[in-house]
Amino acid sequence: MPTEPEPKPPGSKLPLPKLPLPKLPLHGIRVLEFGVVWAGPYCAAFLAGLGAEVIKIESLKVFIPSTRGQTARPSEAILRSLPPSAGGTPGRVPGKRPWNRMPLFNAHGSNKLGMTVDLLQPKGQEALRRLIAISDVIVENNPTQTMEKLGISYEMLKEQNPAIIMLRMPAYANEGPYQNHRSFGFHIEGVVGHSLMRGYADMDPSAITSVLMGDAASGTQGAFAVLSALHHRRRTGKGQLVELSQAENLMSFMGEAFMDYSMNGRNQSTLGNRHHFAIQGCYPCLGDDRWVCITIEDGDDWRNMCRAMGDPAWSQEDALGDPVERYRRHDEIDEKISLWTKTLEPRQVMLLLQEYGLAAGPVMDQRDAFADPHLDQRGAFEEVYQEDTGTHLYPGAPYKLSETPVKIRRGPVRLGEDNQYVYQELLGYTDEEYAVLEEEGHIGMDYHPDVK
Amino acid sequence: MPDQALSNIKVLDFTQHLAGPYCTKLMAGQGADVIKVERPETGDLARRLGPYPGDVPHPEKSGLFLHLNINKRSITLDLASDAGRKIARQLAAEADVVVESFRPGTMAAFGLDYQSLKAVNPNLVMTSVSNFGQTGPYRDYRGSDIIFYAMGGEMTGTGLADREPLKLGPNVIMYQAGATASVATMGALFLSLGIGDGEGAGQHVDVSIMETQVGSIDRRMSTLIAYQYTGETSTREHYGGSSYPNGIFPCEDGYFAMAGGRVYFPRSVRMLGSPESLQDPKWHTPQAQSDPELKEEFEQIFYPWILSRTKRQAWESAQGARVLSAPLNTMEDLVNDPFFDQRGAFVQVDHPQAGSLKQPGRPFIMGESPWALERPAPLLGQHNREVLNSLGYTNEDIVCLRQMGVI
Repeated sequence: MPTEPEPKPPGSKLPLPKLPLPKLPLHGIRVLEFGVVWAGPYCAAFLAGLGAEVIKIESLKVFIPSTRGQTARPSEAILRSLPPSAGGTPGRVPGKRPWNRMPLFNAHGSNKLGMTVDLLQPKGQEALRRLIAISDVIVENNPTQTMEKLGISYEMLKEQNPAIIMLRMPAYANEGPYQNHRSFGFHIEGVVGHSLMRGYADMDPSAITSVLMGDAASGTQGAFAVLSALHHRRRTGKGQLVELSQAENLMSFMGEAFMDYSMNGRNQSTLGNRHHFAIQGCYPCLGDDRWVCITIEDGDDWRNMCRAMGDPAWSQEDALGDPVERYRRHDEIDEKISLWTKTLEPRQVMLLLQEYGLAAGPVMDQRDAFADPHLDQRGAFEEVYQEDTGTHLYPGAPYKLSETPVKIRRGPVRLGEDNQYVYQELLGYTDEEYAVLEEEGHIGMDYHPDVK
Repeated sequence: MPDQALSNIKVLDFTQHLAGPYCTKLMAGQGADVIKVERPETGDLARRLGPYPGDVPHPEKSGLFLHLNINKRSITLDLASDAGRKIARQLAAEADVVVESFRPGTMAAFGLDYQSLKAVNPNLVMTSVSNFGQTGPYRDYRGSDIIFYAMGGEMTGTGLADREPLKLGPNVIMYQAGATASVATMGALFLSLGIGDGEGAGQHVDVSIMETQVGSIDRRMSTLIAYQYTGETSTREHYGGSSYPNGIFPCEDGYFAMAGGRVYFPRSVRMLGSPESLQDPKWHTPQAQSDPELKEEFEQIFYPWILSRTKRQAWESAQGARVLSAPLNTMEDLVNDPFFDQRGAFVQVDHPQAGSLKQPGRPFIMGESPWALERPAPLLGQHNREVLNSLGYTNEDIVCLRQMGVI
């Protein structure tokens, strides 16, 4: 039976942080976020993680589906009908403010501040203008006409603040025939060719299920774009407008397929879980819905794989030593490997094969992730408290900085949580003015009763 | 030449294959001077991976390499030799950023780990991109695109319920890891440049490809948090989806994707021309979307509509009704879409050996500091002479280094 590997001493020791801790990289940078669904909010989450003061701007009168949930006030029955990420509030009950309890929102809500404002009223516009004057960056990913309706354009921002940086992340473009095309990341992936390259190889494309790599790509590279613009501004004093077309941004991720078409006029189609030259697959293991992935690249890998399986008779055939022959007989090899993996747990397969120098790893569900000793040792999850959900573990920053460790400083932002700070401390509204804005539906922590 | 965001930044790039080179590609596109260090004779592993024109392998014609390395310069250095390491240290002393993607411990074996380089350059930002990070029990494990997605990402929830979990398209996980590394690197760089010289403002950035998946917004963060909230793990969808019309549907010339169920159902009705039959209140109750009989009835209206339209026609009608939707394009459809072409999403790159090729261009449009194509992907060691000259090595020295196999 394979055993747990001895924890190895780190090779390149990360230096201990100096005291006092330096400020985070984006300390002192203020970002206004008009993000919806995932791409814009994920971009701003990177900036917030790096230390920017990100203010998420929302309206008490508008509920945007797939952002703070599907509807503002779902019943328990509706929540239970949805998959965990969309309906998995703590205990699957709505609670007093369900919009603060949604996994799909709380995934990108940490480290941010929240304000509410009604931009369709002049006083809302006034508050926004005052806020823009003291901010550095605006991030948004709305359909172009939505921003027009709210009166927000780069020209308008520049009037308030010539050095402002604006990142717009339309699905396709802020002008031209596709400017108002509605999309989730799923659809953008269809347009740039990803969908046709990631289904089961033996099924037609109608079996392709939804993934949202487009949101991940946009959010990440949007943060890179803002950082680029900040670098440029520090050197030149100039702000700028950045337009990140989510479709164009994702094209680079399709690099090899794009180049294959460019070079050979070939349209690549899906390989399923396979690789274009290695033996690779996702194999069933002991237990219900348990799987392990294995990649066998070359002759050494093949010999090691055979040894790890105990050199079964079928694997000793000379012909299988030839990579071309192996790849031709991929189906047959998969069947044989599956017979072996079915006798083991996924983690056992990983430990054994990695001992033999092979690339192998289990398909980890959420329970596995939180129980994983490696992620645990690396501090991949952090305990975070939020008033409307309590204390839970959340994924931390997906990178580690040796001198300015990035930690979750605050739980997922609640609707309107920081109105007082923004309106009074930052913008200097008096108590009377604040009360009027509350009265007029700008300020609050609950959606307007008419909001569905 | 336009002023670019990173025109004043020097990057010393020890990465190869995909994730690391994609990180430095993003920086090179913003004007950073990226010097790519390759192993003499063989170079970057990506040179051995296709696609190749006419499927004829050639180290200077790999599509993967040509895509990932535009705007970079290439030098060759044997890091196992003392002379090679000395040159690497000299270059690192002048660099703002070092990016490497060796197995953990390799840079230390070369005497090029962060502690060693910090001694010659206290402001240096060094980014290490590795399979599982620089610490932890899996530190030395091997991985691959599918394995990172399986272990870190949402593979468990991708694919169909009665089938094996399914990976994404080729290598997208590696691209995402490279992009994440670029964000962390730029953040650390912003701090080191802001604090200025002599204050020791540099740092080491540790990027684990597995963890870029754990922190991915492509469902994984949500499902991890949902597990914390409910104790429920994610499941894969059943064929046909949970609402209608939602998913991918055949049409006249291919396939069409749309999210038109639940709250979006009224938009789907408008897309179909608001037929009388769909005005009945029975369609608009909260339970309607989970009623199999209603679904079947809906499909009898929907399929004749979609099957008589091309994916472009369907897209036009759907967008007219604000339905979130898209055609499933092939690369041919994408590259020949005049919209993207006219916007300048692609660049035509002239390469001395691979010829003139259309490639993906700028990731985004910057108004004041535009992305630029400065040079095609470099030939192996193409810039040995100019880089070594700049360090004070004479042409005679360079001949000597070549003869010793250092470059």
